[in-house]
Amino acid sequence: MKEILKTLEGNARATAEQIATMTGKSVAQVKRAIKQAEKERAIVKYKTIINWEKLGEEQVQALIEIKIAPQRDVGFDSIAERIYRFPEARSVYLVSGTYDLAVLVVGSSMHEVAGFVAQKLAPLESVQGTVTHFLLKRYKEDGEILEGETAGVRRLPLTL
Amino acid sequence: MSITGAVRAKGPRGAISQRVGQLAPSGIRRFFGLVSSLEGVISLGIGEPDFATPWHVTEAAIYSLEKGQTMYTATYGLPQLRHEVARYLEDRYALRYSPDDELLITVGVSQGLDLATRAILDPGDEVIVPDPGYVAYGSCVVLAGGVPLAVPTSQETDFKLEAPQVEARLSDRTKAIIIGYPANPTGAVMAKGELAGIAEIARKHNLLVISDEIYARLVYGMEHTCFATLPGMKERTILLGGFSKAYAMTGWRVGYAAARAEIIEAMSKIHQYAMLCAPIMGQVAAIEALSSGQAAVEEMVAEYDRRRRVIVKGLNDIGLSCFEPKGAFYAFPSVRGTGMSSEQFAERLLLEERVAVIPGSAFGACGEGHVRCCYAASLSDIEEALERMGRFVSRHSPG
Ligand SMILES: Cc1ncc(COP(=O)(O)O)c(C=O)c1O
Repeated sequence: MKEILKTLEGNARATAEQIATMTGKSVAQVKRAIKQAEKERAIVKYKTIINWEKLGEEQVQALIEIKIAPQRDVGFDSIAERIYRFPEARSVYLVSGTYDLAVLVVGSSMHEVAGFVAQKLAPLESVQGTVTHFLLKRYKEDGEILEGETAGVRRLPLTL
Repeated sequence: MSITGAVRAKGPRGAISQRVGQLAPSGIRRFFGLVSSLEGVISLGIGEPDFATPWHVTEAAIYSLEKGQTMYTATYGLPQLRHEVARYLEDRYALRYSPDDELLITVGVSQGLDLATRAILDPGDEVIVPDPGYVAYGSCVVLAGGVPLAVPTSQETDFKLEAPQVEARLSDRTKAIIIGYPANPTGAVMAKGELAGIAEIARKHNLLVISDEIYARLVYGMEHTCFATLPGMKERTILLGGFSKAYAMTGWRVGYAAARAEIIEAMSKIHQYAMLCAPIMGQVAAIEALSSGQAAVEEMVAEYDRRRRVIVKGLNDIGLSCFEPKGAFYAFPSVRGTGMSSEQFAERLLLEERVAVIPGSAFGACGEGHVRCCYAASLSDIEEALERMGRFVSRHSPG
């Protein structure tokens, strides 16, 4: 199972046949494992990492630090849910340290992102304060280097 | 094995020594020019990892350079590296080598082979080498004044070196056996029981064994047996290990030799005069690799294993029969079905479909009829190469 998912994690487009060959399992085993992982939400979703800047798309991302006053009984979970239900919030993490929630927000302009923070996040009850960090450059995402790849490195074409 | 070609330099005024003159030129030199002149070639002819050295290793070396660690080291190598190697061999194989006088840091296994053969051979001493086998084995023996005795291996027996075949080649002059498993070019491995047969011969005939274990970490679905762990073999074995393949560190030029003190001392004498020491940046990188590179190795091995399965199945599917290689990163399929020699196959495949493989005959007479396909290449390149090879084979199938 783990081996099959590792292979899939590296390339979500690998077919069951390809994965079967790579892992030495049967095609049926691979299909079964993937289906089960999907059912258990071990596989959450199949996604593509796109470098939108290559397409000239303007996209603004910001990392928002949020300080929270935890609520009785529910702790941070209920306020986290209030926040992660907004589609603008791409990723939401509870973190240790000087603030509590780290939220990655995506919008089409700085204005839009700032507006979301000011109008939706900051006014939430139990949010004590926010700090907004706009992302200036994406170097690496989900383990993939986006820019400055080691292009031009060449091995000798033949070696014994 | 065609180690010795025609004697070219004649007479006292020839510039080149007979010893060097008799070495046959590399079996791939011709292909090298050809590959370089073509566009769009996918090369399965490269004998090194396609990964970059794990970043933490490179970073450690950069840091050491910034600190000014750019000097010679002790001839035996940095003490810390010798300690790490000793610890590694003990953890992995329960083998104890003293870092003070039983370990020598070399410039790759390549130099280890050179030192080992020069340290133990007198003119005319014979050394058993597997055929097909890594090209340096026979050549190092010749350069050290010895005589290589090629012992044939074949696909029928998964290219393992068989004890009876070895024994049949022995004479009074036989001094040593060189083995290298997992093997280049075949990907063959030898399990403990099979190595025991070789050990038995070494004991019976009082032979030394040079064991090139550079691919020790690249085994799939089995455990590597270090030859020196076999009963009574530690005293007889010159164990050569390295970083090039497992840690993707070919360009750093660092490896090690482990043997009893008398042999290591002899090797380090040559090393002292001919090399002085291995490069310090490579040694620093090797310390980092050994002390915290294990996760990176395992990740690369898992990736090689996926590619191995793809290429072995792919080759068999297109009609190039291929035994299952359980080590290194080579597949060694037979091309006999096409009616071509290995050289013809490799050359025409390159010209017609732009896929580079190495003719098996470059590794000895018994490599004829096979080609070496290295799967240290991206999966997409491997798949594309298989498709092109499939087209080529079906176009050239007799009948
Ligand atoms: C079997 C074998 N031994 C030794 C070497 C050389 O290793 P190193 O880079 O440590 O000199 C190679 C490299 O291709 C090899 O295939």
